[in-house]
Amino acid sequence: MDFTWKIGGAQGEGIDSAGEIFALTLHRMGYYIYAYRHFMSLIKGGHTNYKVRVSSKQHRHRGDMLDLLVAFDQRSIDENLHELKSGGAVLYNAGAFEPKFPGDVDIVPIGVPMQQIAKDHGSIVMTNMAAMGASAALVGLDPSAFDDFIAERYGKHGADVVESNRKVVRAGYQAASEVTSWRAKLPELSPESRGKKRVFMHGNDAIALGAVVAGCRVVAAYPITPATDILYSLLKLLPQYGGVVLQAEDEMAACQMAVGCNYAGVRAMTSTSGPGFSLMTETLGLSGVSETPLVIVDVQRAGPSTGMPTKTEQGDAFQAIFSSHGEIQRIVLSPATVEDCFYDIQRAFNLADKYQCPVIVLTDLALGLSKQTVEIDDIDFERIKIDRGELLTEEQVKEIAKNGGYKRYALTESGISPRALPGQEGGVHIAISYEHTEEGYEDETPLHRVAQTQKRIRKMSTFDPAEFGVRRSGDAAPDLLLVGWGSTIGQLDEAREALKAEGYTVGHLHLSVLYPFPSQAVKEAIESARTVLVVDNNAFGQLRQLIQLNVGHYEHVHDCRKFSGEPYKVFEIVTRAREVLAASKSVKEVG
Amino acid sequence: MASAVSVKEYRGYAQQPTWCPGCGDFAVVAAMQRALVNLGLKPHQVVAVTGIGCSGKFNYYLGANAFNSMHGRSLPVAQAIKIANRDLVVIAAGGDGDGYGIGVGHFIHACRRNIDITYVVMDNHIYGLTTGQTSPTSEKGFKTKTTPYGAAEHPIRPLPLALASGCGFVAQGFSGDVKQLQGLFEAAIKHKGFALVNVFSPCVTFNKEQTYDWWRENLVNLDEREDYDPTDKAAAYKVVTETNGLVTGIVYREERSDYQDELPNYDPKPLVYQDLSQPIKDREKLLKAFM
Repeated sequence: MDFTWKIGGAQGEGIDSAGEIFALTLHRMGYYIYAYRHFMSLIKGGHTNYKVRVSSKQHRHRGDMLDLLVAFDQRSIDENLHELKSGGAVLYNAGAFEPKFPGDVDIVPIGVPMQQIAKDHGSIVMTNMAAMGASAALVGLDPSAFDDFIAERYGKHGADVVESNRKVVRAGYQAASEVTSWRAKLPELSPESRGKKRVFMHGNDAIALGAVVAGCRVVAAYPITPATDILYSLLKLLPQYGGVVLQAEDEMAACQMAVGCNYAGVRAMTSTSGPGFSLMTETLGLSGVSETPLVIVDVQRAGPSTGMPTKTEQGDAFQAIFSSHGEIQRIVLSPATVEDCFYDIQRAFNLADKYQCPVIVLTDLALGLSKQTVEIDDIDFERIKIDRGELLTEEQVKEIAKNGGYKRYALTESGISPRALPGQEGGVHIAISYEHTEEGYEDETPLHRVAQTQKRIRKMSTFDPAEFGVRRSGDAAPDLLLVGWGSTIGQLDEAREALKAEGYTVGHLHLSVLYPFPSQAVKEAIESARTVLVVDNNAFGQLRQLIQLNVGHYEHVHDCRKFSGEPYKVFEIVTRAREVLAASKSVKEVG
Repeated sequence: MASAVSVKEYRGYAQQPTWCPGCGDFAVVAAMQRALVNLGLKPHQVVAVTGIGCSGKFNYYLGANAFNSMHGRSLPVAQAIKIANRDLVVIAAGGDGDGYGIGVGHFIHACRRNIDITYVVMDNHIYGLTTGQTSPTSEKGFKTKTTPYGAAEHPIRPLPLALASGCGFVAQGFSGDVKQLQGLFEAAIKHKGFALVNVFSPCVTFNKEQTYDWWRENLVNLDEREDYDPTDKAAAYKVVTETNGLVTGIVYREERSDYQDELPNYDPKPLVYQDLSQPIKDREKLLKAFM
């Protein structure tokens, strides 16, 4: 069983820190946490909330419902009440506002003067701490549970600040204990889970950590929501290894810088979101034709244009796959989990070096910013070995120089031309954005054009997208096959279980590679199912269209699309699945 | 410096130029080859990065390592190469369209970022490779294919722009004086930090106004002015204002820390040669930050 908690208020009221303290405290106790931040593109005011799903097993989404809502203002009630379970409670900041509820809802309002408590025992900025204490009382948690974390977070401000925060927590606890008998229960912790050391991170953290493990030593980027956290993590990590975070003047420069470092032999990447990716697309072509490795992380947000910077969407699949004028080789990965983020970024660097082409790692806001509990063993630093591909040593270059000279774009059987690095004697060469000869000389004759294009196509022939990019779970030859990609894996897992409980056989195919497309695996899975539902967190059904493009048209393939800027809820997928199952049944009966 | 390098080594790697006979860019390549040789630098120790344009072909003809990027994007690539391998001598080069038009944002930021590279702009006041359109440095009223009634815009003045952007080495040369140009290149390469050498490099085919003769008549050589102090920034602003930028020589130089000096824990040994395995050994420590 789960417990779900949400705290809401205006931006600038410490909602995020309260949420994080609550989440991390329970995480350390041994619970599996999934934390979801709802925020807006402004600094003060508006509405922000932080939802924490507390569970005794690992989940990969925030949960559809809510047990306890902590509301600092009326807007927090208005925007979140629909999520509250029947019989759930609203803990509101009594005295700060007079809460209004619709007449017909079965909920328990609990008024605790959190702001006043904060003022009395510390200061008004500690209102969130009073909320912590009150929440603890309602879920049967000892107020001392937050003590360590408060010391960690506020210790730098002095012992008295730590002490006041702790006092406010206890006063909040006391007040809530007295004012209501409503109680929620935290899930049962198994003895082996109790206090077990696990990792609490989001996709952006995992990308940063994975990059450093992969030997990435430069990140060049321009700040953008929701990708900036990757920079923050790397600012802590890279200098430990002599690495560099370069804040570029714009995304064009950032991406060109990543190319420059890779050309010089240092693994480098850039991280961005849709609007930044749009500016980088010219450099995709440069990486492609100059055959310079490049890794781009696109933490997708709701577009188009500026779109909704703080909302999630899987809207950039087409852009990742098709952008850039002309035709280039590339690889597009779409990690589904935090662990995937950690490994896929490492794979991305290996693939970029091996195939000397751009590799795009597509995550999204929901995966990038939702902190969650991950098993330590699932962040294995040695699973993916650094493989620099056909990178020549100085000795090899000298040998080649003696035997006729080094050619950067040599027409090899594999299509991969070994790379020399600038600085290597005998390896002097031209890397170039124009079409070129084997030597890298600018050239427009059909002879070289065709040979070089064929070479670039040929080099990808050994890439097998099914090798790591396809997950299949659930029933074989099912009534319904759910197909998804990227961050929706958690909701799809739970939707599969829910539909199975209704008596259907259900399979789940999940893709973490979108290009080159794993056509064979998708085709087999689709053809084995009676009905197929392709789930996209976008309006155009981009995966659904990719399937049609790469595998073909099937009458029994349907789409499920959501484009509100919010991640899926399980019931939305289940509802749509029932529709298509019912339709396919009636067609069958008629037929 | 006793030099074991010869221009021949560069010529061995260089391609046959396709510039128009008489193009100012020939002198720029020749001066750079001599400067590099004079500094004892071998072709494999040097990377020249260009964008697009006639002068974007500079690195095909120089004979060192070359990276040819896209229009306007030489500087981001060049700066990154230097960060990746600080032992390399990195030269970015291009024309006035590449550097002061499409790439001007990168130019300003490169000036203030101050990564230790040299930037050579072959400034001919015209778009040559696309056969004669107005450029950001074209004089107001200049008639070209895209400005048949004369250019309406005021030209960019590279020298004051560089000074205002915090560039620590600002120089200007002329293709008609290869010897001075060679000296400017040597000084620019030796300068610690970002160095600009703007070179008036006539386009003999499309610019019939700013010809070799025109430049010779109008340029003031600061190297010949004993009273000029290139470390005086106010004097630099004054002289480029008074002459409308028509000077040659070192306009301004300033000793200061460069970007690499400011980076925390950035090793003297180039990044490209660093061992990559340390984070794997640090697993426990690194994961602790996420618990």
